[in-house]
Amino acid sequence: MTVDISGASDESAVLSALPPLPPPDEVTATRHIESGRYGNLRAALAQLARKPVFIIALLYVLFVIVSAIFPSWFSTGQPYATFPSDVMQSPSLHHLFGTDNIGRDLWTRVLYGSALTIKATLLAIAIGLVAGLSFGIVSGFYGGWVDAVIMRIVDTLLAIPALLFALAIITSVGYGTIPVALAVGLGVIPGFARTTRAEVLRVKTQPFIEAARASGASWMRVLLRHILPNSWGPVVVLAVLDAGVVIIAIASLSFLGFGAPPPASEWGTLISAGRDYLVTSWWLSLLPGLFVALLVLSLNHISKTLQELER
Amino acid sequence: MTRYVIGRILQAIAVLWAAYTVAFAVLYLLPSNPVELQLAAAGVDPGSLPPGQLHAEEAKFGLDQPLIVQYFDHLGGFLHGNLGTSITQDIPVSQVIGGRIGSTLLLSLCAGVVALIAGTTLAYLATYVRVKPVRLFLSRVPAIGASLPQFLTGLFLIQFLSFKLDWLPASGQQGWQSLVMPTITIALVTGSVLAQVLMRSFDEVMRQPYIMTARAKGLSRAAVQLKHGLRNAALPAMTILGVIAGLTVTSSVVVETEFTRQGVGSLTQQAVSTQDIPVVLAIVMLAATLFVTINLIVDLLYPILDPRISHYAKAA
Repeated sequence: MTVDISGASDESAVLSALPPLPPPDEVTATRHIESGRYGNLRAALAQLARKPVFIIALLYVLFVIVSAIFPSWFSTGQPYATFPSDVMQSPSLHHLFGTDNIGRDLWTRVLYGSALTIKATLLAIAIGLVAGLSFGIVSGFYGGWVDAVIMRIVDTLLAIPALLFALAIITSVGYGTIPVALAVGLGVIPGFARTTRAEVLRVKTQPFIEAARASGASWMRVLLRHILPNSWGPVVVLAVLDAGVVIIAIASLSFLGFGAPPPASEWGTLISAGRDYLVTSWWLSLLPGLFVALLVLSLNHISKTLQELER
Repeated sequence: MTRYVIGRILQAIAVLWAAYTVAFAVLYLLPSNPVELQLAAAGVDPGSLPPGQLHAEEAKFGLDQPLIVQYFDHLGGFLHGNLGTSITQDIPVSQVIGGRIGSTLLLSLCAGVVALIAGTTLAYLATYVRVKPVRLFLSRVPAIGASLPQFLTGLFLIQFLSFKLDWLPASGQQGWQSLVMPTITIALVTGSVLAQVLMRSFDEVMRQPYIMTARAKGLSRAAVQLKHGLRNAALPAMTILGVIAGLTVTSSVVVETEFTRQGVGSLTQQAVSTQDIPVVLAIVMLAATLFVTINLIVDLLYPILDPRISHYAKAA
């Protein structure tokens, strides 16, 4: 779609979005802070450290990841151990999330479930990132018919709603954590491909690329040393945002019953199993659900903060 | 202009054909045999049957044909409105879906209307209100709404509105009461997505010179935002209608299963768990057709709704 008059309004929007020029001594001060190889990074980190909600979100995400790798650090019990005397206990200090119908500690089961869900999430994001980056780079870098073909494939994949595409893959591959991760991961490729391509196209036209070429760098070197490092910002933001989307998708699929078979305790499976006892024991479904929702919210907040920083 | 319209329609058809090819490849290149799976589910050992019978069973669903023949058979069938035969129920897929699509359409329609009203109101208020904390709060609401997993929203609603307060039925599809919670669950996500796009679009529009002109000639702020702001802000938001429709369809899978409603969403869940491939293929294609058609209509309507945009440059 061509927008005839947008050129002028875009420019004014950009101009009005620019901050007013700082007084001269402040300029030198900023320069001083940002000097050195990692100056930009340090300045960015200092800015992030002043955002308390961001810090809390980051800590929560880190906690979930660490507890997924070392669940025994945060829980003394075993996920499959039953306490026949403690069936259907409501949350208490002894059983943080309460216990289920056969007396298993829900907190422990959520943490051990993290291992499965986080593994699946990382695998899905890795698939999306690697394939999406490759497609996006090839598409943006080579242009021409290669670009046209790849972008038509991306259009096609976008035409099928992601969850339905994942369900189709599960139909043919089968149930389990890995098939679910694969199915969801394939679904996020188009988004990564598009973002990467747009970034590569933007960076490719900058003068320093021309300068690098003029000073004799090969295309491969230009791609790896100049284009890639300058285009990964928005891709990282998307990866964090997509991690939230992927977690919801994976939890939804295991909620629908396509995750790891019982007694494994994937988050969606736990929430779905607790549904039968919602009337009497609300914590069985709602506490693991909140655990997941908080993680997704945190990831979205992190991605949003990074995006604001990027501008 | 005509050239643009024809080109755009052809492009939509090409995308649909490609989507069909992808879906077919995913579903039919699988190593397992759906007929044997059905027999196993029924407790029959496929090996115990006389070989002729198994083959006859496969032939009934065209599974004995080479893949390429099956591919064109299904493609031809789809073009003639024949969606194939359900492997588990042994009746035409169109009949299976037809019996359930009414409930899903009703739910999607309700969710769409609620999302549209709630999303627009929220975006309008978030732009209108000047008290900073309120404004900040309103602008953060959709980010939270869009990131709540639907199975959780649904469970919360069931817990409070059905079990605690006993206002609404927790499941089933009798009467309008059963529609309320599924509608809210879907609309919370779609409405949030819509509100986010509208807010961004409002931000851009309210800085335009014609807004200042409208204010200068004496219109109140509310009226300017409604008459001049909303109309222009709604245009970019139209481009995500296809995405919202797609979200509604995928939401119905989780929501209908959760509230035990008999619709296409819960049918999808059942078809996937019983490996009823023709049904899954038909549902995937229905969703893709919906998405592509809505995008096509939006693209074709856009220059009519916004005369500043023209396709002549591209078509020429």
